[in-house]
Amino acid sequence: MEADNKQVYGVLAEFRNPKELVDVASTVNKSGYKDFDTYAPFPIHGMEKAMGLKDSPLGWIVLGGAITGMVGALALMIWVMGYEYPMNISGKPYINLPIYVPITFELTVLLAAFATTFGMLALNKLPRFHNPLFNVERFEKASDDGFFVCIEASDDLFSEEKVTKLFQDNGATHIETVYDSE
Amino acid sequence: MSTDYQYAPEPKLVKGDHSFGSITDMIAKTPLSPTPKLWYLAFGLANILLITLLGAIGYLVWDGTGIWGLNNPAGWGWAIINFVWWVGIGHAGTLISAILFLFRQGWRTAINRFAEAMTIFAVMCAGIFPAIHVGRIWVIYWVFPIPNQMAAWPNFSSPLLWDVFAVSTYFTVSLLFWYVGLIPDLATLRDKTKSKVAKIAYGIASLGWTGSFRNWWNYEKAYMILAGLATPLVLSVHTIVSFDFAVSVIPGWHSTIFPPYFVAGAIYSGFAMVLTLMLIARKIYKLEDIMNIDVMEKMNLVMMVTGNLVAFAYLMEGFIAWYSGYIYEQGIFWLYVVGPYAWGFWILMFCNVITPQFLWFKKIRRNVALTFVISIIVNIGMWFERFMISVASLSTDFMPSAWDYYSPTIWDILTYVGTFGLFFTFFLLFLRFLPMVAIAEVKGVMPQADPHNYDEETQEFDATKTEPVVVQQEQTV
Repeated sequence: MEADNKQVYGVLAEFRNPKELVDVASTVNKSGYKDFDTYAPFPIHGMEKAMGLKDSPLGWIVLGGAITGMVGALALMIWVMGYEYPMNISGKPYINLPIYVPITFELTVLLAAFATTFGMLALNKLPRFHNPLFNVERFEKASDDGFFVCIEASDDLFSEEKVTKLFQDNGATHIETVYDSE
Repeated sequence: MSTDYQYAPEPKLVKGDHSFGSITDMIAKTPLSPTPKLWYLAFGLANILLITLLGAIGYLVWDGTGIWGLNNPAGWGWAIINFVWWVGIGHAGTLISAILFLFRQGWRTAINRFAEAMTIFAVMCAGIFPAIHVGRIWVIYWVFPIPNQMAAWPNFSSPLLWDVFAVSTYFTVSLLFWYVGLIPDLATLRDKTKSKVAKIAYGIASLGWTGSFRNWWNYEKAYMILAGLATPLVLSVHTIVSFDFAVSVIPGWHSTIFPPYFVAGAIYSGFAMVLTLMLIARKIYKLEDIMNIDVMEKMNLVMMVTGNLVAFAYLMEGFIAWYSGYIYEQGIFWLYVVGPYAWGFWILMFCNVITPQFLWFKKIRRNVALTFVISIIVNIGMWFERFMISVASLSTDFMPSAWDYYSPTIWDILTYVGTFGLFFTFFLLFLRFLPMVAIAEVKGVMPQADPHNYDEETQEFDATKTEPVVVQQEQTV
């Protein structure tokens, strides 16, 4: 299985339950590792603290989408109704802001929702065609009932032996080195 | 006076003894096992109705809206009734997934995927009606602000145009919300399936999701923001649908109570439709542990509240007609009650005012058969509500000399029945190929998912830690 042309991607360890995963994530974080991640079939409460994650910047992306939607909708309607194609509707003013509220609201929500969905995918670097973790057969459990942690080789402190030892000391049920495909 | 405070534990969200793995197996089993024969039968029937719909639309495009029962005062007939009815049904999904999410109602995980799918397909059915009602469907693009050779633009002050934006935004956002929720579950199916084709298909659809917590962290934020966006959206959509009526000056339509009354009615009918579908699906797919009686009771409570809101709105319509001193408003109200469409009004009263009162009884709320019957009666009632609003108000307006009796033609009926074909074709495809319960979310609300419910020493799950510490106290006031 281990060919010479394979690069080590990281070391993957499996734990029994969410509690153990949070504990080991906290240990890994405190040991100074930066390039690591935990994998679970659902988001675990308190994991962000254990892993020392910062707040997601997604809110700012959404704000950008919302403002674009709002300004765009108002600009379009004011330009069309006021200048490009003025229509006299029962003698009301051409630029009639209260009447623009429904469409402004809808387009604000629409663009904010697009920003949320695609912003989230972009922050997660998805879609992604392949992931070295998929080379590990056991990793299929991560979407079912497996709880994994992986320290990646790109981390400055990474050494296969040290990381394996760390996982062993913390009660991993299974430890495996992950290789890039080529 | 002394009061004893007793801790009453919330009922478990997932019944039976389940681990994370057994939840996956229970839900992923359906899309991953061979197609049952019954499914083909149901799909065939749905396809026949879908073909009926396409035929009815084809003839409409060929011959024009004259094939419907529309007449001179009643320019809006079944098409608008069906539009409002379907879009109302489509409100339950986003309500369940967004508003109940913000209120941290864990029981929503049992039905949210299911209800969101229902929403999307119901809005598709709804959208057909106004589109084909324009008559010349080949110039439907005129409703969008697209620069064109006539240098003409849509009228942004028309409620009908607001509706175009509201319904299309609602459909798009519901679809995005549904898909975001599906990504982790599609990854589960990708990892579970044995078939090569399915693995590739689910693999593409799940976008390479690994369950990495760094991804979950952004994902949860996205889900919360989408819920926050969808909450005002769901309320705005039926508000804007009600503007189609309320912004005009027709007696019986020109009323400020319409937006809240329409929204309550939409939630009422949407929950009824979710219940109808859920009670069948839980039986066939053996999901009684997840879509359990407690969930059904909670949905019945929502139906009871919104049903009474709707009943209150009917009462207020009568009161305001009298209180306003406006004779046309009073006239239309009497015409509802004793006029040419009085039969519709009394069906409506029975279905929407009397029926929800049965839900005051806990025994009925927890009875599957009775709930099923009530859910169907409610949807019939909500159809008649829209019938009374659209047809009765229009066909007996200001001048008795202009009145005319509206009755549908066979094409109205075939188009309406046909939309069930469209709905069930998509719904059956959903049941067949996608996880009908949000797997990741159900796992997330199980007590085993919370690290605090584990023993510090042995690292084993400790069921006693799921309950708060009870302090016996006697309080004297």
